Amino acid sequence: MSHTFNGPENIHSQAKAALDDPQLRQNFRGAMDYLQDKRRSAFADPDEESKIRELSEAIRQRCLSKLPELLELLDANCSRNGMVVHWAQDETEANEIIANIAQQHQAKTIVKGKSMVSEEIELNHEMAKLGIECLESDMGEYIVQLDGDKPSHIIMPAIHKNKQEVSDTFEAHLDDFTPTVDVDELIQTGRTRLRQKFHDADIGLSGVNFAVAETGTLCLVENEGNGRMCTTVPKVHIAITGIEKVVEFLSDVPPLYSALTRSATGQAITTYFNMISSPRKSGELDGPLELHLVLLDNGRTQAFQDEEMRKTLQCIRCGACMNHCPVYTRIGGHAYGTVYPGPIGKIISPHLMGLEKTKELVTASSLCGACGEVCPVRIPIPEMLQRLRTEAKNPPKPDAIAIEGQASASSTLESLAMKGFAFAATHPKLYHTGSWSATKLRGLMPNKIGPWTQCRTSPKLASNTLHQLIKARNKRAGGES
Amino acid sequence: MRVYPAKPKTVYLYGTCLVDMFDPEAGLDAISLLEQQGLEVIFIEKQTCCGQPAYSSGYTKEAKSVAQSQMALFDEPWPVIVLSGSCGGMMHHHYRRLFQGDSALAKVEQFCERVFELTEFLVNVCRIKLEDKGEQTSVVMHTSCAARREMNVHVTATELLGQLDRVTLKEQAYESECCGFGGTFAVRHPNISQAMVEDKTRHLSETKAALLVSADWGCLLNINGAFEYQGHSMQGRHLASFLLERTGGK
Repeated sequence: MSHTFNGPENIHSQAKAALDDPQLRQNFRGAMDYLQDKRRSAFADPDEESKIRELSEAIRQRCLSKLPELLELLDANCSRNGMVVHWAQDETEANEIIANIAQQHQAKTIVKGKSMVSEEIELNHEMAKLGIECLESDMGEYIVQLDGDKPSHIIMPAIHKNKQEVSDTFEAHLDDFTPTVDVDELIQTGRTRLRQKFHDADIGLSGVNFAVAETGTLCLVENEGNGRMCTTVPKVHIAITGIEKVVEFLSDVPPLYSALTRSATGQAITTYFNMISSPRKSGELDGPLELHLVLLDNGRTQAFQDEEMRKTLQCIRCGACMNHCPVYTRIGGHAYGTVYPGPIGKIISPHLMGLEKTKELVTASSLCGACGEVCPVRIPIPEMLQRLRTEAKNPPKPDAIAIEGQASASSTLESLAMKGFAFAATHPKLYHTGSWSATKLRGLMPNKIGPWTQCRTSPKLASNTLHQLIKARNKRAGGES
Repeated sequence: MRVYPAKPKTVYLYGTCLVDMFDPEAGLDAISLLEQQGLEVIFIEKQTCCGQPAYSSGYTKEAKSVAQSQMALFDEPWPVIVLSGSCGGMMHHHYRRLFQGDSALAKVEQFCERVFELTEFLVNVCRIKLEDKGEQTSVVMHTSCAARREMNVHVTATELLGQLDRVTLKEQAYESECCGFGGTFAVRHPNISQAMVEDKTRHLSETKAALLVSADWGCLLNINGAFEYQGHSMQGRHLASFLLERTGGK
């Protein structure tokens, strides 16, 4: 089944469709329960967990505090190592850079490791326009691509499907496939079909988990080995990443790597950890002849400019926030209509797409805080949401720069209601007359009050307010004495 | 971990707007519980609402003016006891955030440090010892997300129930998951909220507990309304009322 992507503006209808799909809900609940368990056992000691999170947060904050200089250092050291470093302001520039490289090599095929940034720039779609075929080699991405679909999770792209549905996808798209629900057989099928593609592809493309400034090293975390194949077998390797992925020191990597894998899948370490420092050197037998690094901004500097919203960029893309989110668990990743779904998607997407398109997205949270509680780099996601709601409703503060889509959710009616609330709450007499009359007139409370009563009865007001009861109590006490 | 003060002689009660309008008895019961601990309880009549509805909807300026008006009512250095973990979280944590960069911040922080949720105050400051005078029964408890994650008071609420000899606390599936209330979230995203509260009521009723208790009326409006809509007899009560009743104070 392929999903229609109408964007985050349509989260309401997309969420409704997901909620009405019992199979989808069962798939997500089951997968999220499993991932929550895995994380829980990976952090068995709460004291150690809190130390790891504090350390990871400190590393990310330090690196972000020097982001411009670290990026320049990264550029210099990667270039010195023989990489070609490119800077892309937005999706268009990033696609142009990659298209130019492909055209220089008359490339027809790109084999890809997992990269959410490539999803962000819609690379496959843009390259197809130029007659260049992109082939996803991560198992989840491969399944999603066969479906003509998009990832529903940032690290487990096909998590919305169960094994029967994966078998159905293979049956519909692959020749000579015998349906099976044996997971090993399904994976073996994908691996076999992909093997030759690594050798045939003109270019390999990957993401980056950590880009180390001091050494000019690109670190890639993966479990399937396809990342290593993509980055070593084709003659050209292009790595693409958001500018926030830079870390200062090589020694910053181990703690972040550990926090990442334990938070994501509960693993102590992944099956593969690639450190890419240069293209093939003379005398070496393998590795790409050319190595490009594309650094993408695409709205990240907007988050960077604001000290509070900068915390959004601490993210190391583990997906724990979505695995623990009661909203994500119920509506799944596609319903958000954004490349990055779940809690982190709600706070990063407004910078990538503007608040106009994402103003409904930032309200789609009960602010329960389950995301912030598990975030390995301690991003206060609920606070970021509150902040983005404020920016969506109001013009910027006098000394602040407007963010894209600022005040696009401002509503005269709601604003008046809130001003009215604030006026009443700061004028006790008015407020208490209001609550007093509400309790006196409670018989007039309608049985149906908008969406509240679609699954609940109306709240029952008491016959007296606490204020009245206390007055009466004090009077009695006064009378007794 | 929060450092708790020695037991004072006098405390303020912050009733919260929801208790004021939907369950004022819980307010009186909380006062009785505190008075049983030998405390003088002052209820400032001018108190209204902590401002959370404006805050969580993105009306930060309005929330700040409400916060300012509420803080101005509690002049004396006495603890402010709040009958909700959610409003407690607002006043203990988010008031600080509202005044970041403001010259009043230091004073605001002093206020925030005086804010306690009822159960944490009873356990950690009063060192209360409850004597259960009720019949054998079973309860299931719902803790609000702010009470759990901002105030860490699911621990103290559980401890209070644990002091009641003849009350069995039933375990529920997905205990720490949100009930789907979230203030305006429930009406802005009604379908998602519905899916959440339907799961929550199912998990609560599956425990077959005789009673549901919670120390947060926001969640109770949501959960009780859903139970009643479903024709289910379970209806949650405020923990303060349950504790007072069990200890024979009522």
